[in-house]
Amino acid sequence: MTIQHNTGTLPSQEKHLVLLRDGRTLIGFLRSIDQFANLVFHQTVERIHVGKKFGDIPRGIFIVRGENVVLLGEIDMDKPCDTVLQQVSIEEILEEQRLQQQAKQETEKAKVTALKDRGLSIPKADNLDEY
Amino acid sequence: MCPLCGWDVLVSYLICGTLHSVDQYLNIKLTDISVTDPEKYPHMLSVKNCFIRGSVVRYVQLPADEVDTQLLQDAARKEALQQKQ
Repeated sequence: MTIQHNTGTLPSQEKHLVLLRDGRTLIGFLRSIDQFANLVFHQTVERIHVGKKFGDIPRGIFIVRGENVVLLGEIDMDKPCDTVLQQVSIEEILEEQRLQQQAKQETEKAKVTALKDRGLSIPKADNLDEY
Repeated sequence: MCPLCGWDVLVSYLICGTLHSVDQYLNIKLTDISVTDPEKYPHMLSVKNCFIRGSVVRYVQLPADEVDTQLLQDAARKEALQQKQ
C-alpha cells in the first residue's frame, strides 16, 4: 500500500488523479501536498469524459488550491482501465462536451418553463460546484 | 488508529471502500474503492486508494451491524443534555 501520510514532497512514480469541485479531472505526477490539500502537479493532463469517450488535454504544471479538491486518488497501473473507455482527439471531446452542455441546458430550460407554467419556481443554484 | 478503521464505508452515496484513516479535518483515506455508478463516473476505474477532503463529504454510511445503536443513542442524549446546560 503506498498511501502517503506525510505532507511535503513525495516519491512520484505513481500518477495521481484529482477531482475538482467544478467537475474537472486532472491527472499527473503529484509533487507535493500540504495540510490544506493544496497540490502541485507535474505533467498534468486534463481528462474530459463524455459518455464512453474521453480526451486528454496537456496542461503542464498545476498548482491546485486545497479548497477546490474533492478527491485525490492513486492511479494503479496494474488495474485494467481502458477496457470500456475510448480515447478520442481533443477537438472531438471538446465538441462532445459542448453538445452535452447544450443538451443539459435545454433540459434545464424545459424544466424551468414547465414549472413556471404550473406556478412553481426553483431557485437557481448559484454555485458552480459539481460535487 | 481510530476504532472505525477497517470498516467498509460508503461516502456521499458515490464511493465505497475500506476506511484506512481519518484526520482532524475528517479527511478520509479509503482503500480498495469502488464507485457505485461507474457509468456516470468513469474517471475512477484505475484508482484503488484515494484521499477525500473532509469539507466535501456530506454523508458517510457505516455498516449497521458494527454500530451499537443503544450506546450511540445514550451518548448523543448525554451530549445534548450537556450542551443545554
